[in-house]
Amino acid sequence: MTAEVRAIKTPAELALAEAYTAAKPKLPGDGKVIALREAAFRRFDAQGLPNRRVEEWKYTDLRALMREAKPIAGLPDAAAKARAKSAGSLIGDIDVRRIVFVDGAFVPELSDLKNLSPGLTIGSMAQALASGDPLVAAHLGKVAAADDSAVALNTALMRDGAVIRVAAGSTVELPIHLVFVAAAEQSASMFTRSLVVIEKGARAMLVESHEGATAAEHQVNTALELVVGDDAYVDHIKITSGKSPVVHVSSLMVTIGARARFNDFSYTTGNAVVRNQLFLQFDGAGALAGIRGASLLNGRQHADVTLVADHKAGGCQSREVFKAVLDGQSRSVFQGKIIVRPKAQKTDARMLSNALLLSDEAETDTKPELEIFADDVQCGHGATSGALDDGLKFYLMARGIPESEAESLLVQAFVGEAVEGIEHAGLRDALMVNVAEWLKARAG
Amino acid sequence: MPLLEIKNLHVSVEGRQILNGLDLTVNKGEVHAIMGPNGSGKSTLAHVMAGKPGYEATQGQILLDGEEVLTTQPDERAAKGLFLAFQYPMEIPGVATITFLRTAMNAQRKKRGQPEFTVPEFQKRLNEVAGKLEIDREMLRRGVNVGFSGGEKKRNEILQMALLEPKLCVLDETDSGLDIDALKIVSEGVNRLRSPERAMVVITHYQRLLSHIVPDVVHVLSRGRIVRTGGKELALELEAKGYAQYQDEAALAS
Ligand SMILES: Nc1ncnc2c1ncn2[C@@H]1O[C@H](COP(=O)(O)OP(=O)(O)OP(=O)(O)O)[C@@H](O)[C@H]1O
Ligand SMILES: [Mg+2]
Repeated sequence: MTAEVRAIKTPAELALAEAYTAAKPKLPGDGKVIALREAAFRRFDAQGLPNRRVEEWKYTDLRALMREAKPIAGLPDAAAKARAKSAGSLIGDIDVRRIVFVDGAFVPELSDLKNLSPGLTIGSMAQALASGDPLVAAHLGKVAAADDSAVALNTALMRDGAVIRVAAGSTVELPIHLVFVAAAEQSASMFTRSLVVIEKGARAMLVESHEGATAAEHQVNTALELVVGDDAYVDHIKITSGKSPVVHVSSLMVTIGARARFNDFSYTTGNAVVRNQLFLQFDGAGALAGIRGASLLNGRQHADVTLVADHKAGGCQSREVFKAVLDGQSRSVFQGKIIVRPKAQKTDARMLSNALLLSDEAETDTKPELEIFADDVQCGHGATSGALDDGLKFYLMARGIPESEAESLLVQAFVGEAVEGIEHAGLRDALMVNVAEWLKARAG
Repeated sequence: MPLLEIKNLHVSVEGRQILNGLDLTVNKGEVHAIMGPNGSGKSTLAHVMAGKPGYEATQGQILLDGEEVLTTQPDERAAKGLFLAFQYPMEIPGVATITFLRTAMNAQRKKRGQPEFTVPEFQKRLNEVAGKLEIDREMLRRGVNVGFSGGEKKRNEILQMALLEPKLCVLDETDSGLDIDALKIVSEGVNRLRSPERAMVVITHYQRLLSHIVPDVVHVLSRGRIVRTGGKELALELEAKGYAQYQDEAALAS
């Protein structure tokens, strides 16, 4: 008997299908947007929730991690908005333009849209979808498009997010801080989708903060499409923090133009489950990208970084540096794939992932992959995992530094190697302060 | 009461006995030199005094100011005034030398119940000491010993010693890797710390260092125990004759 094994739908998948049907008429956008949602939902429906049978999701089985699908969040009430006020404070007192989303919806009264510098436009995705914004029509779903069922689900159910454009040649001095807060009292699911287009020769810095403001088990599916134009200069930092038991799935899709510079950092200390997937596509020759990140985990936290750097154009340089510090029974996953297409000669790509295990029960999985189809390239990857160096610890202690402080210094040094790649000094300091606080909390 | 009293010390590393019945008494104000062939256990002695993990004292005592230190953590020993200048100082990338020094200094002061130094106070002390040892300010901003030459690492050890002002300084081959001028600077740094309240144990292979840092007592360590003790002239004798006779004696004794 040949049994065609058809996956039976899980309760969560069934609930998501129902939620989609019910939400459809209320979701923003018509015509083309509806078609986009429909096609995406069909893709999701065919594949189901990402699970361990899908190679890219083998260590983060969402089907197992999401026993049920939470209802789609309603619009935030006053209490939720109040809870969201202090969110994003991890970045310290650096000057930013703050744009706030609560439970997946843009909140104008918590956002600062005044005095936009020349060339900068900021709007909400809900509005852009409803009004048929041409920028969104031109790019949505097309930036480094990935065949991924979490992204498909996001496209089907996206409600709101940021739409940002920096016109060619403009420099936006003030970093734009997108603060996403899951603040509903009851567990809910949220689907945010943002589009950021930095045109030719423009410069901007974008900081995303994601956190939960309650003890609810929210399910967050957030996606950002980012176009880095030719000769553009873009910094992007994503922070996922807070004690809330959120399941957070994030997809970053980036195309990088010729001679552009792109600096990305993912900092993760919070939530129960975090999946950061990054799809980078080098479209123009001579670009420079630094893709870095650090996760500090404890308890039973699980954080997964899955990265695909697709070199389609030649002469680009990419540096990937990811650090994980693992305490308790936490688990980190790093999957990094570098693809060098036949035309991408003179690619210089180097990927490094290091895990520091502070506990015997912590675990790390690393899967680096190189797919190289060009012959004149320099590519490499390195991965390490291990405990703190006893010799170094002894050296510090021999100078009078107590054990816990010695460990903290070494952990800070370890994380610092990635954080130093962030160009903004204030943000670098803020993250290192947070690392110190994390270590203090750990020491008790 | 002697500042340091080591009695019948037996130490094994990875199941292998390295020190077997070592006795050593050092009084305040004294400088003792320890010489001995490669592998005789000099660094092992230094490490076990400082509390390096993996060095197990199976018998005997190490008393600092009359108190047993073998049961205490390395940081407690340091706070009590023990300092080891390492034969091979380690590199710690990502921990700036200056942060390391301030953390160490304040941790010790805190443990001794003294007020911690403020940043300007610390800076002032550091500038004084670094200046005398001709250590460049730029080097202090780098990671601990990162990119330092062999000699610079040794100088950095003496900088730490001078800042921390320990009661008992143990110098493990601080002279190796130093050029002639650096040897002079480092020796002067060490000599400045000589005082009636402080003692030093200087491990070296060469008489040359001992002509700068003149010892009160010279010991010969061979196969894990002290086999001869004499005055500073013993170092000259060793330089002339080598260790052959002591290795035979130690072999007979063990
Ligand atoms: N961690 C270790 N594991 C195994 N053996 C060790 C270890 N440390 C030291 N030993 C051994 O102990 C013996 C004494 O070593 P030690 O470093 O104390 O010698 P030393 O007198 O300082 O020599 P040198 O003059 O070369 O510095 C040597 O045989 C060495 O191989
Ligand atoms: Mg030695």
